[in-house]
This record gives sequence, structure tokens and C-alpha cells, in this order.
Amino acid sequence: MFDFLIHGFDVALSPLNLGLALLGALLGTLFGALPGIGPINGIAILMPLAYTLGLPAESALILLAAIYTGAEYGGRMSSILLNVPGDAGAVMTTLDGHPLAKKGLAGPALGLSAVSSFVGATIAIIGLTLFAPLLAEVAVMFGPAEFFALMVFAFASMSVMMGKDPVKTAIGAVLGILIGTVGVDSSTGVLRYTFGLPELYDGIDFVVMIIGLFAISEILLMLEHANRKDGNDGLPPLGRVFVSLKEVLACKWTMGRSGLIGFIIGILPGTGASVGGAVAYTTEKRLSDKDNSFGTGNMRGLAAPEAANNASAVGSFVPMLTLGIPGSGTTAVLLGALMLYNITPGPMMFSERPEVAGGLIASLYIGNIVLLALNLPLAGVFARVLTIPRWVLVPGIAILAFVGVFQLHSNLAAIYLMLIIGVFGYLLRKLGFSLAPVILGYVLGGLMEQNLRRALSISGGDLGILWQSGISLGLWIAALALLLLPWLLPKLWQAKTSKA
Amino acid sequence: MKINKGLSTYAGMLALAGGLLAAGNVQAQSEATECIAPAKPGGGYDLTCRLAANGLEKTGMIDKPMAVSYMPGGIGAVAYNHVNGVRDSDPNLIVAASTGAAVNLALGKFGQYDADDVRWLGALGVDYGAIVVNADAPWQSLDELMEDLKANPGDIAFGAGGTVGSQDWMKAALTAKAADLSPRKLKYVSFEGGGEALAALLGDHIQVFTGDLSELKSQLESGKIRVLASLSEERMGGPYADIPTAAEQGYDVQWPIWRGYYMGPNVSDEAYQKWVDRMSQLAQSKEFAELRKDRGLFPMSRFGPEFNDYVLEQVDQFESLANEVGLKQ
Repeated sequence: MFDFLIHGFDVALSPLNLGLALLGALLGTLFGALPGIGPINGIAILMPLAYTLGLPAESALILLAAIYTGAEYGGRMSSILLNVPGDAGAVMTTLDGHPLAKKGLAGPALGLSAVSSFVGATIAIIGLTLFAPLLAEVAVMFGPAEFFALMVFAFASMSVMMGKDPVKTAIGAVLGILIGTVGVDSSTGVLRYTFGLPELYDGIDFVVMIIGLFAISEILLMLEHANRKDGNDGLPPLGRVFVSLKEVLACKWTMGRSGLIGFIIGILPGTGASVGGAVAYTTEKRLSDKDNSFGTGNMRGLAAPEAANNASAVGSFVPMLTLGIPGSGTTAVLLGALMLYNITPGPMMFSERPEVAGGLIASLYIGNIVLLALNLPLAGVFARVLTIPRWVLVPGIAILAFVGVFQLHSNLAAIYLMLIIGVFGYLLRKLGFSLAPVILGYVLGGLMEQNLRRALSISGGDLGILWQSGISLGLWIAALALLLLPWLLPKLWQAKTSKA
Repeated sequence: MKINKGLSTYAGMLALAGGLLAAGNVQAQSEATECIAPAKPGGGYDLTCRLAANGLEKTGMIDKPMAVSYMPGGIGAVAYNHVNGVRDSDPNLIVAASTGAAVNLALGKFGQYDADDVRWLGALGVDYGAIVVNADAPWQSLDELMEDLKANPGDIAFGAGGTVGSQDWMKAALTAKAADLSPRKLKYVSFEGGGEALAALLGDHIQVFTGDLSELKSQLESGKIRVLASLSEERMGGPYADIPTAAEQGYDVQWPIWRGYYMGPNVSDEAYQKWVDRMSQLAQSKEFAELRKDRGLFPMSRFGPEFNDYVLEQVDQFESLANEVGLKQ
């Protein structure tokens, strides 16, 4: 049964393919680390190149898959070092990653996140190898109603992030949902909040949103403190560079749980690493945040989203390889690459083109090891980025982001929009809002609305469809439990102890 | 020293990334050609641009590689406005378009500009719509589905990758019309892209998927779906040979999804003619036929004024359909 995998390792270990996996891992790390490029664009830019070079199908796929998984590793770097998520999956990484860097623990944070990424990805790759066809059957059971229930669950789990200032968290999430409604309405085609500007028809691009909200607002904050003498915003000197084994072991269950959550969410078509990271983070906070230190530089708060986003990235290969349905935007582009090679993914691929299916899965194993080997020692090097004065570093990143965004839009409107969002983000930060709920509202709100409307157009307006299936009913109950338990449990506990 | 080493590694990586970006967007010089894909990288318009770029380069019809740049926004509206307002006479610029652009023009979604505001150049390939059901579905032919649809329109949910009013919806609407059912009564669910709609079909969340033939190849082989009809003039070859057309089952529905190009309104007649000649020559070459086939497209050769008229006529048709169902704002 695992013939295809043995065959696959044969393919993936050839010198050319091994070299390509290395190159892809390196490029992917870079694409992920630079805000504004991200895996989709990295792959879309390199795909024609791979084709023109005349690489055989399995080699091209190995290169592109290594870029994809590499980007999930790279995305965390600017999250931790600069508080600017490098890609969609790394939004939650900023929450505890950057506070760790501020404590002088940038090196260990980078090291720990590399290990978490490795563990998360490994769990997912093993899951992919063993259960792919079975899981694909489960994935298609998720229809609009089930997705809606999943989004309700995701929002309910966000309630744990409410922490100090629940009202501001809620307002932030609602603002994010509002921003997500701009553009052509996805079911009726009606234009919403576009003010007659065609540039707004497609809605507000994720990259524009992230760079504006995080990077531009960061620059504005820096400008405000421009006359401060120390260029480093009072960051403490770099402490030790490497993560200790003890710290890694302390997070082993966190990584395991989060990897599993990320993998399951990654399998579902249409939900990506950002949703996986968010659910894993909030679940972990619920389970292990005893002293309320999540958000202030807790190692577990860093390990959870990192394990989950890598696992999601691998998980999205399941529907692509077994059903020919992309599980994420990036796998949609990969699917296009396969088409160029006249390969049609699906159940037949494992028997008809075992060198492609097996080679890809084997290269995921190899790429993952390569990435860990690459990222652990480099943690020290990258941590030193923080010794560059921030007034050089952050504008430098912003310039790269500007170039990246302009490259993808060929249009100044996207740049202006990014600046406007930057000012908006700056105001929010000055008012004491956290930016993560805004981004999550923006990502989840759109998915939630679309799926609600799809479900209701299937049922002809009957709300019953929303909890008809076992899956959605289970998710509703879980969401309710998340919301009510923290409030109920202490009361029950009290009642019990007073009785006794 | 160590710090410097770290810095230079980082700087080197940045330079590499910058180089890669630059390679993707070589700025057009006067004699270099460019194709704008009015979308993000990786989609159908990207594919359309690359089809021309690779074809022209492989056959040696252009000596410098054609630059492909991206201009997403308004499902093509931003690029349409750009070509009308800014680069209206660039003799070296072509823009990718498809049936979807014609639908949006018909619905007035391209702002102040109409279909006759650009010079339509030609189409290099075409895909066809298809009516798809789950392999376990009760309908064995289009006729059976149509009978059921007439009797219980509320029980059969159609779904596809576009909004109401998009070209994906048009396929469903025309099918309903062919069954004498008002498209307004049709139950239609819109998804983000054909992949999600296909997943919903496989999971029995929707009953009918109005997709495109080329995206169905792998599912056809796996036997998980049944294609009741292809919306083409005649049966297509290869893996699609067993799929009957809608017309041969007595329903007059056709839906070609052409992939073509337009140029700015003030491009000179010579420059336009040069491109028309170039494209029609390309379409006849053997190398190009391979490229087109790799991308899952069927042959279509309409160029110059003939194509221009074809698009304008199509936009008129869509407009009347849109008016009929009250879509036009």
C-alpha cells in the first residue's frame, strides 16, 4: 500500500530533486519572511519559470511544494521580529512572538517556532500519508451549513482573547468584519461600499490590509517617537540565541494538539492557515493559560499558531491530491501548475502517476527536515536583524512591501489604500485596540457571511439547515460550551463546595 | 564581524527576492511587448496572457520575451479603465479578456466605458460550459433533469464559482430558460471558484454544478461525477467524447468561454493589423496547438474585425438576458 511512498523517496532523493527541495525551502522562507509576497505570489511568479526550464512534473511540483511549506516557516520571522505578519498564517504569531522578542528572547522564539513548525508539519504529513483518501471523504461532508457552524465556533473561541478589554476586542472584530464586506457581494454581485471606485470592486486585498494595518502603523508610531535617542525602541540587548530543550519539551503537548487542529482545518476546502492558527491559539489559551500570560510573551502562545499554520498548509494538500479540489489559495495555484503538465490530480493519480504523488509526499518529509535544519541555526542570525536600528529596518520592510504590492496591482490605488489603512491602524493602536481581532474579523467574517447565505439559498431561507447535520450540531454545541463554560464552571464549583 | 555577516546574508537574500520580482515585471520598452492580466497571479487571465507570451516566443514571432503584468480590480474593470484612460494608444500592449469580461460589460460593471470602447483583437482558445451532477444522482440525461426541474424547481440547487450575474450563473440561467423556467425562480448558490462548487457537488450540498469542461477532467476519470451535457456546438474529443451536447438532447444552450485579448481604443490601424496577423499565424502553428492543449483549451480562431463583431454581438445578447431577468441596474 505504501509502494508509492517508497517509490516517492526514490524520486525525491535524486540529486536534482533534493537540490530543488533545498532551493525551494530557502526561497519559500524568504517569500514568507518578506511581507507582501507570500506563498501564492511566490509560486505564481516561479511557476512559469519552472515550466520554461523544462523541469519534469515531479521536480517542478517538489520545488513549488517546498516553497509553499517554506513560506509557512518564513512567515513567522517578521511576526516575531517586527510585529508585522509575513503572511496570512502568521497573524497569531505576532501575539506572543513579538513580546518575546521585546524581552530579548528573539533567538529562542525563532528557534521554538521552527521546532513547532516542524512538529506541526510532521503530524500533518503523516496524516496525509496514512489517511488522505479517507479524510477527503470527510472534507466534502462540510457544506455551507457546516462551514457556517465552524465559523461560529471560531468566533466563539475568540472570546478567550477578550481578556482585559472585552469591549475593545469585540469592536475590533466588528471593524474587521465591516472592512471585509467591501467589494462585489459574492452571491448577488451587488457592489457594497465601493463608492463607484472600480479599485474597490474586488474588496480590500489581504496583503494591502496586513501591511497597512501592521507595518505602516508601526512606522507612524516610530515617527511619533522619532526624537528618541536609542534607535531600538528600548529593546533589551539580545540574550541567549538558542532555544533550550526544556523550553521545547514544555510545549510538546501544545505542538501536538495545535498540529492536529491545524491539519483538520487545513483539509477543509476554503479555510486556510489563518483560520487554523487562530483556532489553535485560542484553544491553547483556553487549555493552558493558567496565569493569564498569553499575549505577553508566552512560549505556548507562540508554539500553538506556528504548529497549526504549518499543519494547515500540509492539510490543504489532502483535497488537492485526492479530489483535485484546492484546499487553499496556494494549492489552487499548484493545481494550475499540475494542469500545465497535463496531470489531473485525483484518486487516480496515486496509481497512474505514483512518481508525482509519492514524490510530492516524500519531498514534504524531506523539505520539512531541510527547513528545520536551515531555520534552527539561522535563528541566531535572523535574531540579529533586531540589532539594526528600527528606523532603518521597518521603513526598509515597508519599501519592499510597497514594491511587492505595486508589482501585484500595477496600480497606485492599492498603495493609497494601504496608507489609509495604516493611518486607521495607527489610530486603533493609539486607542489601545489589539490588531489581531480586526484581522480575524476581516478573514472569518467574509467566510461566515458567504456560507450563511449559501446555506440559506440552498434551503430556500429555512434556518433549520444550519443545525441539521451532526457535524454542524456538534460545532454549535462546542461553540456554546466555549461561551458558557468559563462563566458556568466557577458557579457550579462554588455551589458544590458550599454544599460540602 | 558576526553582525556584519548576518547583515550581508540578509541583504543578499533581499537582493535575490528583488531580482525575482524584477524578473517578473520587466518594464516595457518601446519595442518590447506586454500583456496585462487583469487579475492576481495564477488565475485564468494569467493563463491567457502566458498562452500568448509562450506561444509567440516559442514560434519566434517576437524576439524579446513578452512581459506579463498583473492589474487586479473590479473583475477586469480596473485594467479596462486603465487602457481607456492611460495607455489608450500603446501599440505593444494587449490585455487578456474572456466571456466573463463580456458579461460584465453587458451588466455595465466596467464603469463609464462600453464594449465598443476598445479594439477587440482575437481569441486563441475556448472552453465550454458543462452541466454536471453527482455520479449517484438520479438523472441519467439532461432531459430527466429538466423534467424534474420544471416540476420541482425548489428541490434542485444549482451552484458554480461566480456570483448571480456572472458568466457561471449565465450557464445556469440559460439552462433554466431552456426548460421554460424563469431564471429568477432558479435556486442558485455562488461559490468562490469552481473548486469549492465541485466540492459541494461531491458532498451532495448542491445538486447541479454548472462548470467548465476543462476543469472536470480528473473527476471524469475517477467516476465521481456525471456530465449530463456539454454546452458546445458539437461533441468534444478526447476524454469528453461520450458527453452529449445540450443541443443533441433538444435544448438549445451553448456556452463557449473564449480566452482572448483587446487593445487600446486609439491604437493605430497598422499596429492593430500587425497583432491580428501575428495572432492568426500563431493559431495555425503546430507548437501552439500543443501549448493550448496543455492548458485544457479547445481551438478557436476568430481575429480582427470578425472577433470585434462577435464580442459586440455577444454583449448585446447578454444585455437582453440581463434585462429580462431584471439584473441590470
